[in-house]
Amino acid sequence: MSELTTDETPVVRMVNITKHFPGVLANDQVNLTLHRGEILALLGENGAGKSTLMNMLVGLYQADSGEIYVKGKLAEINSPQDSMALGIGMIHQEFMLVGNMSVAENIVLGMKDLPFVPPMAEIHEKITELSKRYGLQVYPDKIIQDLSVGEQQRVEILKLLYRGADILILDEPTAVLTPGEARDLNEILKKMLTEGKSAIFITHKMDEVMEFSHTVQVLRRGKSVSVCPTKSIKRVQDLANMMVGRDILFSLERGPYNPGDIKVEVKDLLVLPVGGGKPILDNISFSIRGGEILGIAGVAGNGQQQLTEAITGLLKVNGGTIFLNGKDMTNKTPLQVIKAGVSHIPADRGSMGVVGDMSVGDNLSMKKYRTAELSSHNIIKRGLVRKFADHLIELFTIKTPNQDTSVKFLSGGNIQKTILAREIDACGGILIAVYPSRGLDVGATEAVRQNLIKQRDKGCAVLLVSEELEELLMVADKIAVMFEGRIMDIVDAKDAKTEELGMLMAGVERRDI
Amino acid sequence: MNMLDFITKLLAATLAMGTSLAYATLGEVYTQKTGILNLGMEGIMLMGALAGFTTAFNTGNLYLALMMAMLVGGFFSLIHAFLCITMRANQVPAGLAITMFGTGLANFLGERLGPASNGYNLTGMNIPSKFSNIAIPFLSDIPILGALFDVSLLTYALYLLIPFAWFFMYKTKHGMVVRAVGENPRTAASMGISVSKIRYIYTVIGGMLAGLGGACLSLSFTPSWNEGMTGGKGWIVIALVIFSTWNPARVVIGTLVFGGITSLQFSLQAAGLKMVIPSQFLGFSPYLITLVALATMTIINQKKKGSFASPSALGTSFAIDDK
Ligand SMILES: Nc1ncnc2c1ncn2[C@@H]1O[C@H](COP(=O)(O)OP(=O)(O)OP(=O)(O)O)[C@@H](O)[C@H]1O
Ligand SMILES: [Mg+2]
Repeated sequence: MSELTTDETPVVRMVNITKHFPGVLANDQVNLTLHRGEILALLGENGAGKSTLMNMLVGLYQADSGEIYVKGKLAEINSPQDSMALGIGMIHQEFMLVGNMSVAENIVLGMKDLPFVPPMAEIHEKITELSKRYGLQVYPDKIIQDLSVGEQQRVEILKLLYRGADILILDEPTAVLTPGEARDLNEILKKMLTEGKSAIFITHKMDEVMEFSHTVQVLRRGKSVSVCPTKSIKRVQDLANMMVGRDILFSLERGPYNPGDIKVEVKDLLVLPVGGGKPILDNISFSIRGGEILGIAGVAGNGQQQLTEAITGLLKVNGGTIFLNGKDMTNKTPLQVIKAGVSHIPADRGSMGVVGDMSVGDNLSMKKYRTAELSSHNIIKRGLVRKFADHLIELFTIKTPNQDTSVKFLSGGNIQKTILAREIDACGGILIAVYPSRGLDVGATEAVRQNLIKQRDKGCAVLLVSEELEELLMVADKIAVMFEGRIMDIVDAKDAKTEELGMLMAGVERRDI
Repeated sequence: MNMLDFITKLLAATLAMGTSLAYATLGEVYTQKTGILNLGMEGIMLMGALAGFTTAFNTGNLYLALMMAMLVGGFFSLIHAFLCITMRANQVPAGLAITMFGTGLANFLGERLGPASNGYNLTGMNIPSKFSNIAIPFLSDIPILGALFDVSLLTYALYLLIPFAWFFMYKTKHGMVVRAVGENPRTAASMGISVSKIRYIYTVIGGMLAGLGGACLSLSFTPSWNEGMTGGKGWIVIALVIFSTWNPARVVIGTLVFGGITSLQFSLQAAGLKMVIPSQFLGFSPYLITLVALATMTIINQKKKGSFASPSALGTSFAIDDK
């Protein structure tokens, strides 16, 4: 990593920035300084105010008070147009792409100096040139919705490059990427930064912080609590501690491995794609006992999602059987599966896990409202629901102003805790968790993992799908590796080796290892 | 009457009928493309018809009449825009209110703006001149297709406007912005586009075109004023937008099909076929066809995985700090 000179005027200086949302103080007198060529890692728990601060720098939000200086001059940033003119570009936490438009259209969208009829051929050429220079493979005429997540992220980067941004804001750019895609992206970012660009990099991945950044700044509950050179940080634990304000257990408490009866039994599961072709799930067989966590490893997109959907009744299977708690649950409806005792923490928490516009309390009771515990004769008893919700909010330490707040206003970690609380509370012996710690901060990640282990210790059968081998090795008892819809092998977690799992994930057969 | 004649006449009637629909549908396509659903079309068209007719009646100036119709249409859609964009009202009831207000006000004014000699009623009055058909020599003599070259100026203008509207939507930077705002307003905002401004502009333009569509009725198709003379065309427009899959070029197909069926019904009735097919059936057949067309479009859309789908943000309000 290049050395940093800090005697020039900083390229960005944010002074005493304060921002309120209804009921929330998102940023409280925050100062931030970025020098030319510097990579500043902005850290903090979910909901600490990182994205809010950056959205003010690009003019998407307006600060209540405070000043922003760019390249030494006081800047009036009232819209993204203004920040773009100052050379500031941002990759947002969620993709900012128009799904039914082409890559090229997305890249030039809204540019002021475009002629009335944009010369698409020229634009394609320029994009191709840029993508060659930075090793960002994209096809300018492809439609966004046909691209993979990794490709979409490349388009986001090209949007910045095309506009010649030299101050880059990257809000968790690797959170949705597979480990391989994340590595590629990081290489590209490094290349961009060697050209004298500066960057503010938001991430929850501590190894990225250590590898990349010159400086670390930590926000906690809207306040900036520390700024220090990355070199001065000795242990990853110290970083985590700065963020959360307490020590994070990087090893989790777990009881002895004590497997009981078989609770999940999947035999020769076959799922074929709609149009025909290679099976999505190809003769999958495994079983999970009570008190056991089976981890599913594999690069995203190798059938893990479909496997969990098949078990939870969301996807019809073409062959094979699924037994849950001893009952045949093949091709049953989701409601029947729920009644058989299955809880599900879906991969996409926004669209499948919660109803964003409904309150925390209603979301928490969404699974149990049918039962005598919360209703009688089809009429929900509000009093009981309120008590029930307050109890869960306390038990799972969900941070919310109150149970009537819409779920969408919570931070990612607390949305996930809401789902976790509901699903664990209603769990009838089987828990299925898909990428449960994606996008969560270290504290929330720890809480999620500890909760999964707690369920195991109580005798539940847990299926955990994850891309992070580290997480699987820490949490699971057994690990099954999936590749192209098949299970390559199932190994004991305690004697599994990372390299071996990595080879299986890449599709190398057991006998060849 | 021979067959060739019959078809030529049918096409001519279709074009006359479809002109009004085409203007309003183009307007609604642009409005909806930015994410605003304007169900006020029926009221706006009727107000346009009235504004056009009174202006022509009082001044005799047809172009001034068109301008007034557009102005009034623009004003009514501005109310809709204010309700939906600034006040963030639900777009469905807001649009219905515009329709009720527009039809009510037009019918009310229709009985007040006429000459004293007619009891201040506009019904039954004639305008000094109307947009009549202009035949292009030679071209208009071609069998069948000749009908295309014997239409009013209002229809000729569409021959230019529809291709331009398509080109504008899919080839210009402004069209790109329109599509982005209706599809993903958050993304548009992050690229520095003012979502509200764009929605205001195209909602008002949409209303102006609807006003123009109404004026086509009172200044050309049936040059007169009659209470409720739009007769539900504003609702057909909403269906035609879906039928045209929000593509300005396909507006042609929708208006031709619908205009054609309506005209066919008239021609068949005129030809005395109502003995065989009950006239009520002919009367509701255009609406039946609309239903069938909508169902078909929905099925095709499902098969094609949503490539004919509505703009994703249609009917939703937007503010950048919404979560
Ligand atoms: N548009 C909004 N309306 C209301 N509250 C909001 C809005 N955006 C953010 N908040 C709240 O402001 C606080 C800061 O949110 P922000 O998104 O900046 O957190 P973050 O640090 O980026 O978290 P994460 O790591 O989960 O992305 C949170 O409490 C959040 O709920
Ligand atoms: Mg964030």
